[in-house]
Amino acid sequence: MKVRLLDIAHARSGDKGDTANVGVIALQPKWYDVLDQFVTRTRVADHFRGMIEGEVERYELPNLNALNFLLHGALDGGGTLSLKTDAQGKVFSTALLRMVIDVPDAEAKRLALPAAK
Amino acid sequence: MKEIVRVAAGQGFWGDDLDAPRRQVEGGQIDYLMLDYLAEVTMSILQKQRERDPSLGYARDFIGAMESILPAVLEKGVKVVANAGGVNPRACAEAVRSVGAQRRGSKLRIGVVTGDDLLGRLDDLMTHGHPLANMETGEPLSSVKDRVLSANAYIGSEPIVEALQGGANVVITGRSTDTALTMAPLRHEFGWGAESWDQLAAGIVAGHIIECGAQCSGGNCLYDWKSIPDLANVGYPLVEARADGTFVVTKHPGTGGRVSVPTISEQLVYEMGDPHSYITPDVIADFTTIRLAQDGENRVRVSGIKGKPPTDKLKVSVAYRAGFKAVGTLVYAWPEALEKAQAADRILRERLDRLGLKFDRVLTEFVGATATHGALAGERRDAPEVQLRFGVRGTDRAAVERFTREIAPLVLNGPPSVTGFAGGRPKVEEIVAYWPALVDKSVVKPKVEIIS
Repeated sequence: MKVRLLDIAHARSGDKGDTANVGVIALQPKWYDVLDQFVTRTRVADHFRGMIEGEVERYELPNLNALNFLLHGALDGGGTLSLKTDAQGKVFSTALLRMVIDVPDAEAKRLALPAAK
Repeated sequence: MKEIVRVAAGQGFWGDDLDAPRRQVEGGQIDYLMLDYLAEVTMSILQKQRERDPSLGYARDFIGAMESILPAVLEKGVKVVANAGGVNPRACAEAVRSVGAQRRGSKLRIGVVTGDDLLGRLDDLMTHGHPLANMETGEPLSSVKDRVLSANAYIGSEPIVEALQGGANVVITGRSTDTALTMAPLRHEFGWGAESWDQLAAGIVAGHIIECGAQCSGGNCLYDWKSIPDLANVGYPLVEARADGTFVVTKHPGTGGRVSVPTISEQLVYEMGDPHSYITPDVIADFTTIRLAQDGENRVRVSGIKGKPPTDKLKVSVAYRAGFKAVGTLVYAWPEALEKAQAADRILRERLDRLGLKFDRVLTEFVGATATHGALAGERRDAPEVQLRFGVRGTDRAAVERFTREIAPLVLNGPPSVTGFAGGRPKVEEIVAYWPALVDKSVVKPKVEIIS
């Protein structure tokens, strides 16, 4: 079943130099495992291909039901150098929530995941 | 020892709600008000102000804030900790003192923390084996040394604790870490030792949660955002901390916004790097140990936090002149708004080429289509309007200046249905860029003075 991250998670993003961070948090604790399993580093790097120039790092915070992604080279130099509207990476958060993941039907049903429209 | 110490946040950055400090001291009982004024680029702005006038170089909003909270400081005994000193903490203290002097019998004791300013010591440091290399690129500072505007080490809680121990009821620092402004009062009140790693880390986490003001109490919160009540009267956060390092985040009764596990979780991940190692001068906090639990309405209990010893380095923030930039915009309306904006972009680029203008960077964005989410936003063929946002950056001021004259002509000699140019020519801005570096802790010696 296709599941959109916006329907199972919330997020906030910020900057550190030319790196944007996106913290993505499961809306229900039981959905954290879905994030952990399907929102991989590679998947996120693919999602942002063309938008960022550097690598993606991923960290897990199961205590907060959250994953933290560092998107390097995301901000056109970052801070005051950047010419971007989103020079401080504030809305990479919702850009990540556009991602649609494929969850096996049985698991999606067991966890009562909402299907992507 | 107090059982519970309350530290409230009244300012998340320089430019935040001017009335928040007053509302924090009047809206309920607090022991400390902490005010965070400094972002990475703020120091360089303040440095430019001090160059023009040696009595400036601090966050002037703080003086207005002090006027509005003076009765609470003098009558209720609320203490204030602020990094409003910028590059001139002594001048800031002088200005606060004259505010206090206007009230009879005023008992202000102002603690001033200095020693973070490395600008005058850079040559000496570099010749003595401190390259201050850029943490991101590895380049030595010598490559931009002649363009440096300000250089400050991020200092920790110790000098603030010392000032409080010396009886200060207002502590003014320069480039203290944002988190130290919250942790230091707790460390002072509870007598946490320099190696009470878990408690110190808890103080840092408390600081991280409230340092952006209302961003943890309903502001900028995506989770269920439409249901967050009364943001017009949003309550700024406060922590009720205990000696064991546990604390509750809450806000004053009768205020808007919300304090819940989701609002706190969003703030915890804000600007986060490696969550296992949130590095500060005092302690390294492990964000993967934080436990959150709802503890009644608008109350979140935070516990379980672990810390470990810090490194022997301090982070240094250097600001340097890095060329010029300008951004111009025009709005194109339906039909085919995006295509019109794209055509204007091509025309503009061709004209800039023909003029022989060279830039380090040219960036076009289409606001209303792809500016913030790029291709992820999908096709927007029928957009009612699209803003063309065209930016250039370079070291040649004249070229950037010339670019600013190329936007307006497009209104009459480019694609149709164009508007939104009333603001006139774009402004050329000098770029002050940020150079993050590390320096040995041993060479930075914070100093504390108390002014009565």
